[in-house]
Amino acid sequence: MGNSFGLGELGFLIQGLKWTVLLAAIAFIGGGIGGLGVALARTSTSWGLRRAMAGYIAVFQGTPLLMQLFVIYYGLGLIGLTLPAWLAVAIAFTLHASAFLGEIWRGAIEALPKGQFEAARALGLHYVPQMRDVILPQALRIALPATVGFLVQLIKGTSLAAIVGFIELARAGQIVSNQTYAPLFVFTVVGAIYFALCWPLSLYGMHIENRISRTAR
Amino acid sequence: MPLGYTLDFSVVLDALPALLWGCAGTIGLALAGMALALVIGIGGVVLRGSKHRPLRSLVIVFVELIRNTPFLVQIFFLFFALPNIGLVLNPTVTAIIALGVNGGAYAIEIIRGGVQSIDKGQVEAGLALGLHKGQVFRMIVLKPALRAIYPSLTGQFIMLTLTSSICSAIAAYELTSVAQRIESETFRSFEVYFTITLMYLAISWLLMTGFSVFSRRYFLYPTR
Repeated sequence: MGNSFGLGELGFLIQGLKWTVLLAAIAFIGGGIGGLGVALARTSTSWGLRRAMAGYIAVFQGTPLLMQLFVIYYGLGLIGLTLPAWLAVAIAFTLHASAFLGEIWRGAIEALPKGQFEAARALGLHYVPQMRDVILPQALRIALPATVGFLVQLIKGTSLAAIVGFIELARAGQIVSNQTYAPLFVFTVVGAIYFALCWPLSLYGMHIENRISRTAR
Repeated sequence: MPLGYTLDFSVVLDALPALLWGCAGTIGLALAGMALALVIGIGGVVLRGSKHRPLRSLVIVFVELIRNTPFLVQIFFLFFALPNIGLVLNPTVTAIIALGVNGGAYAIEIIRGGVQSIDKGQVEAGLALGLHKGQVFRMIVLKPALRAIYPSLTGQFIMLTLTSSICSAIAAYELTSVAQRIESETFRSFEVYFTITLMYLAISWLLMTGFSVFSRRYFLYPTR
């Protein structure tokens, strides 16, 4: 009954890879926008806003990503939103990424010397230009290695969409493994594809981290 | 709300004992995984500093492979690979190994950073005092290094605990697989998963509190 692993199976994995990349890209871009909002709210002067965002971050960092997927996936259905599976999953990953990126960027904003904020205000800059032209460019530079590190986590995390039944790379691997009865070989190939995706990013992250720590000295 | 759907947490209440046992399973799985990760982490750091180049390279390759592939793929791989080398284990033991191997790779990097933070002069002083190499490693390198890396190591352990939910994919005994069984019997997906999400939150808070109590007990510098 089983097929052997051939070009068709490889093609199926590549199809899955496309969804993995797409899902990670949507979550990273969406999470980037959401994370910026979270980071700004976390460093704002409003006590309520800061507390609310701290709670949001604590919940997303204190629960498994898999549970976040399940709850958001089924929760969206409950509030009457019938969305295609990929969109529901993408929303869950976006909310997850917003919390983590928000926390990373909050740290970077708070790591800036206080004089930067004071100087910007002394120059008469309002909140928006102060953030846009003075604070964020510097903060994002400090946060770049951690941001790239999180992107790697996010790509690996998209594999959990497989458990909800969404066909991305890991799920495609499971299917091919069931068809070919060659789980070891298939999961080696799947692992190698993930590695090829993540390792260059990890190396890049390490590279910029070294560069930043060298210029800081 | 879609027509006619009302939230019903009574099925969750009925299943509460099973869910609490699931929590215990998760905590047990996580603690065993942490212990193995610590062993692999310390062993890996020792090998990473070995005189033999192949050993050092082996550790680097291991760390990079684990850190750049998803845990789900790793646990599937182990699940099918272990029987091939004659190790037929139950899913929960396989899950402990997978968690330990995954956490171990991260622990190697974290512990190595701590070991590097120890001044070479400390080691030389220890040796000059006549301590054995093992004693120097244990008392002069390891303990202060552990103190330095404690926050990032325990943070990683919390991550490991949350990751353990993925072990449901091979039906290891832990909270998520218990929840999946209850869900398949009652079809109350949202209620069940919402409840165990709160349980995970409680577990990670419990562990964080435990870690900070432990550090206050064992890692305080002697004050007199």
